[in-house]
Amino acid sequence: MTRLPVVIVLLLAVAGLVALDVVISVPLDPYGAPPLLALGSGEAASGAHCAALPGN
Amino acid sequence: MTQPMMAVPAGAPRPWARGLTVLAGLVAALAVAAMAGPRYGALLLIGFGLGIALEGLRFGFTGPWRRMILFRDPSGLVAQMVCIAIVALVAFPLLTANGAELTGAHAPIGFAMVGGAFVFGACMQIVLGCGSGTLVNAGSGNLVSAVALPFFAIGSFAGAYHLSWWTDLGTLPVAVLSGTSGLAVTLAGLAAVAVVAMILAAPGKRTVPGRLWLAALVIAGLAVLHIVVAGQPWGVVYGLGLWVAKGATTLGADLSGSAFWAAPGNVERLEQSLLTDVTSLTDLGLIAGAALAAWWRDGLSAPAKGLSIRGWAAIVMAGLLLGYSSRLAFGCNVGAFFSGVSTGSLHGWAWFAAAFAGSFVGIRLRPVLGLEDRR
Repeated sequence: MTRLPVVIVLLLAVAGLVALDVVISVPLDPYGAPPLLALGSGEAASGAHCAALPGN
Repeated sequence: MTQPMMAVPAGAPRPWARGLTVLAGLVAALAVAAMAGPRYGALLLIGFGLGIALEGLRFGFTGPWRRMILFRDPSGLVAQMVCIAIVALVAFPLLTANGAELTGAHAPIGFAMVGGAFVFGACMQIVLGCGSGTLVNAGSGNLVSAVALPFFAIGSFAGAYHLSWWTDLGTLPVAVLSGTSGLAVTLAGLAAVAVVAMILAAPGKRTVPGRLWLAALVIAGLAVLHIVVAGQPWGVVYGLGLWVAKGATTLGADLSGSAFWAAPGNVERLEQSLLTDVTSLTDLGLIAGAALAAWWRDGLSAPAKGLSIRGWAAIVMAGLLLGYSSRLAFGCNVGAFFSGVSTGSLHGWAWFAAAFAGSFVGIRLRPVLGLEDRR
């Protein structure tokens, strides 16, 4: 077996994950989204990160 | 007889097909931008670029550490130090001047953090893939990494679930180097590691190939762009744990017993789409970018190597431990080491020391676990 079927199965699984996520999550709202760049936005960073402590 | 300038491997795509795939990547990023917002489309594109650079230029963490330990080849390790130094040169002043908008990968040193990094270092050598490496290798069709990846994600979810218990064992306050003096100490530390690696190098192995210099520049540029766009440094493992947590809650699991998953910020992430989660987007981009780079190189025609039953069992267990330990260590080679050190967190340095020590153990465990022949 070559690497091609491994990649195809993986990409299909990822696409399925994203599709399922879009269905079960709060509807996306591009108009309420943060600006393109955090730098200069005047807003504090709000994304989750591996280094964040529990409760942060 | 004329020779072609460059041999194109059988199965590799023609130039027009390469152009179409780049276009497909751009369309995907634009689609995410239109559906979720421009920042999220940009983050997918950054992840995509990181995946192409890591796979296409063969820049990594696990392999270079293995080559340093086994063969005293410091080239990849030195390239890592250069890459982190470039990011630090930009990130330190950025964070100092824009502390209200930008944040570093800052976390505390503790017993579980150091132990987690040690276990991660061992397991990344067993799997031959770290946080970014497992995603990139899986994306390029490596069967071992593709099998390890879901277990990595499950481990990440479980490690985050139990994180408070582990941090309660003993954790120091968060210690961060900042400002010009902090940057100077960081650059001196990175230079010291590179110099020591060069001193320890085997004869004839003190040269860093051009592709690694290029990779260090490109990856550093994308990492800085990540900070500017997201307001936070590049990370990997939070997203993987989130995927499993979302799956678990969809199946009816109650995560309120976990201080981590019940925290307001994480509850919000569980409700919102992955297309608005920073680390999920770059993780998805890494996989797709690596797949594209591997396809460009040889059409994914290389054989997908299998393992013995014992080897597969070892990979599954190591995958789980990679995920679990990376949460206790406040990140993997990317979130803790690369992003921690480049934004001044001392836990990044502790992570590096512990994970490098763990790598010695992992390299010695591979033959014992049936993953390679005994030397």
